[in-house]
Amino acid sequence: MDPNYAPYVPVAVVSILVVGLAAVILLLNRMLGPRRPTREKGIPYESGVDPVSHPRRRFSVKFYMTAILFLVFDLEVVFIYPWATRFKAWLADDAFAPVALGSMLFFVLVLALGLVYEWKRGAMNWE
Amino acid sequence: MSVGELILFGIIKFIAIVFGWVMLVATVLTLMERKQSAFMQNRVGPNRAFVFGKKFPLSAFIGHLLSDALKVLVKEDFEPPRANKWLHLLGPGIAVIPAWLLWVVIPFGPGPMPGAEGDHPFLIANLNVGVLFMFAVMSLSVYGATLGAWASNSAYSLLGGLRTAAQMISYEVTLGLNLVGVFMIFGSTRLNDIIWGQGQSAWGIFLQPVGFVLFLVASIAETKRAPFDLPEAESELAAGYFTEYSSMRFAVYSLGEFIGIVAVAAVAVCCFLGGWQIPWVETPVDASGVPIYGWLTVAQIAIFLFKMVIFIWLQMQIRWTLPRFRYDQLMKLGWLYLLPLSLLNLVVTAIIMYAVR
Repeated sequence: MDPNYAPYVPVAVVSILVVGLAAVILLLNRMLGPRRPTREKGIPYESGVDPVSHPRRRFSVKFYMTAILFLVFDLEVVFIYPWATRFKAWLADDAFAPVALGSMLFFVLVLALGLVYEWKRGAMNWE
Repeated sequence: MSVGELILFGIIKFIAIVFGWVMLVATVLTLMERKQSAFMQNRVGPNRAFVFGKKFPLSAFIGHLLSDALKVLVKEDFEPPRANKWLHLLGPGIAVIPAWLLWVVIPFGPGPMPGAEGDHPFLIANLNVGVLFMFAVMSLSVYGATLGAWASNSAYSLLGGLRTAAQMISYEVTLGLNLVGVFMIFGSTRLNDIIWGQGQSAWGIFLQPVGFVLFLVASIAETKRAPFDLPEAESELAAGYFTEYSSMRFAVYSLGEFIGIVAVAAVAVCCFLGGWQIPWVETPVDASGVPIYGWLTVAQIAIFLFKMVIFIWLQMQIRWTLPRFRYDQLMKLGWLYLLPLSLLNLVVTAIIMYAVR
């Protein structure tokens, strides 16, 4: 088997195992536990009183902003990873070392500028 | 190795690692957590459930573990009538599956040296992407909390779920960025290579002190514990995203969280505390770079587990020492302090490495 793909065989096996394990313990409880639903039990918990709010209401747009910010920055982190693993090897090459360092500094600078822009536009203002 | 052998060893190692250590620690943690909080608040803590009523040493300890496990299994599998039935069941499942899956890349003992050929006996899958795979899987657990919260159809759950999602994704960026410094120094994302590198130079905590502190803060936020327990702040949201959960479904959620704590401890130990390296002890290797296994290997695995326990204990101490943040402070800390600091850490590490090359 191709040595590049061989380690993914156990990953696939373990994935199947954990899905099965989660299903088994959740279904075991379903079989062993009693089921006696009552009207009172079914009311959503709101500190003991009858529910006053509707749970499918709209929520703050801030959460969407945070999600977008996360998508951008997490992708940037994924771009930094391959660079970081090669950096040490590139440093040994005198001609390429400044390029390796400079390109990353530029990348992080753009990233930082984006962060400052988001901050100034108030995307992180939660008051 | 053939595919059959890969499958067989995968299953054996998974059972040994997950049931022999991870589930064991996670289960004991559910009790130790309460005992620890009791000690720190000058209370006694759980001390009632004795095994068959006999008072031998550790009887109450084992009794509580057994009774908790049995209790969640035979309690009513409650489903709120207004909830989305399938998503309500799927929520805890999705939360716990990534927590188990990410253990495939954690090495519990010495493997072949970087570059050497050979199989790693204490690691399920020697992936070349290593930690990246772990972060990818870890991110999935946010779906579990959010789906379960939305499906519950309760106001507290929804708010708890939203907070969980926002907090986890905010701190995940910092968590990922703080390990970049370690990857740069050791030139690999395989945890096995990183641990070997730490044995040859110095532990990550000495090479990346700022990275370690930031990682500690981000990891506590990622596992949703005080001072970052806004998603399940009792005084504001009852129990947060699992307000409408009970019996096994609730237990699976909390199991996922406790396994997450152990997993974060394992990564911290691998990247910053030397993994299975014992200070000043060289790991004997043969000519091809494969370690010679013996009693020292047993000691190394033991010290790896010991370091993990110490890190978990540290997290617990922090949990019961500090008060909770306000929500805007939490988001501010994540985006305006931790993220720029970790970027700065990255740049400074790069420049120092360039200067001393």
